[in-house]
Amino acid sequence: MIAIIDYGLGNLTSVLNMHKRLGIEACISADQNVIAKADKLILPGVGNFDKGMQNLHNTGLTTVLNQKVLIDKIPVLGICLGAQLMTRQSDEGIEPGLGWVNADTVRFMFAPGDNHKVPHMGWEDVHFVNPSPLWKNAVVPSRFYHVHAYHFKFDTPQLITGTCTYGYEFACAFQNENIFGVQFHPEKSHRFGMTILENFAAL
Amino acid sequence: MNEGLYKTIQFKQPNYIGDPINAVKIFNEKEADELVVLDITASRENKGINYSKISEIAGEAFMPMGYGGGVKSLDDAKKVFDAGYEKIIINTAANENPDLLGKIASVYGSQSVVVSIDAKLNWLGKYQVYINDGTKKINRSAAQVALAAQEAGAGEIFINAIHKDGTWEGYDEALIKKVADAVTVPVIACGGAGCLEDFKRAVTAGASAVAAGSLFVYQKKGMGVLISFPSSALMV
Repeated sequence: MIAIIDYGLGNLTSVLNMHKRLGIEACISADQNVIAKADKLILPGVGNFDKGMQNLHNTGLTTVLNQKVLIDKIPVLGICLGAQLMTRQSDEGIEPGLGWVNADTVRFMFAPGDNHKVPHMGWEDVHFVNPSPLWKNAVVPSRFYHVHAYHFKFDTPQLITGTCTYGYEFACAFQNENIFGVQFHPEKSHRFGMTILENFAAL
Repeated sequence: MNEGLYKTIQFKQPNYIGDPINAVKIFNEKEADELVVLDITASRENKGINYSKISEIAGEAFMPMGYGGGVKSLDDAKKVFDAGYEKIIINTAANENPDLLGKIASVYGSQSVVVSIDAKLNWLGKYQVYINDGTKKINRSAAQVALAAQEAGAGEIFINAIHKDGTWEGYDEALIKKVADAVTVPVIACGGAGCLEDFKRAVTAGASAVAAGSLFVYQKKGMGVLISFPSSALMV
């Protein structure tokens, strides 16, 4: 059973419905016991970094997540804010992140005179720069819907599996063993997103 | 409006198309890039936004969603974003309360704010702008409304030609050009598309994107309901 974690931020219904459409067993839960028993986890999210971390702490989910992900090593997929929470910290706030990857979350920075608008909002091709089970059978190019003002910044490139270009190239997907993160929204990227969720479920 | 999908002709004679949930499922299959849900009578009937219905619709969609209809305050906007929408479309409120656009843009980004303008070609050959589902005239040109909206924080302009709505006659390219020339933000053209060639013409006139209703919900002009969307192969 895949548990889609409900920590009060983000629209979980589309994520759940995409799983239903693919015939994959999934449920939305805020319940520590349900989450503790799940085979895989999805951490979605839309919103503010500090609020995200605070919600995880206040619901006791941080402890359960650290146990399941770092010790039990079950697969976890972070989506958008969910993936950003896996980094050490974000320019958006002051709370420390979960620190599951050697990266920070930084705001898009463009030179003066550069017309790129923030947030980055739209369909974008993703370059698969490193192999990942999430890219299995993926069409090239695959495009995904992005909507974000902040992006991952890794110390070293090893964990980066996908990049995207918006003014400059930035990491939009990563993998650290059982920990996966994507900046884009598979649940808003119809067939391209379905490939990602199917591959994650098949791990 | 009665929670059903309706298609109008020149904003009149609403014809029942079907249930929005079914339509979303079809557009999912067809891989539409973006879907916009408009509650066209929300401002006129002053009934408030039907959050539970629109949440249900967004939950079914596998693509980004926009919502318009009766958004009058930052709180309305927040609730719509929370319901699963990436963009808000504002028409009547943009004219009655232009500060609202900047307020929403400063919290959610200007890309999430679309101002929709309904204009009708009158017998004097001038474009008359309307609000409140085509029932109330306002005294500014479409280009002026568009520029004011851009300056107030809108990230996109949706220009809808009332006189072309549901006619399959093609877009009003002169109207599109007037609006596109007045602003630097993207302009989405709507009203009158009868074939894919019309999309090209609208883009040539200055539209950054095109929207269509009848073309995607009827089998052909004068024929029954058939929801469709062109394959990406056709759209080069």
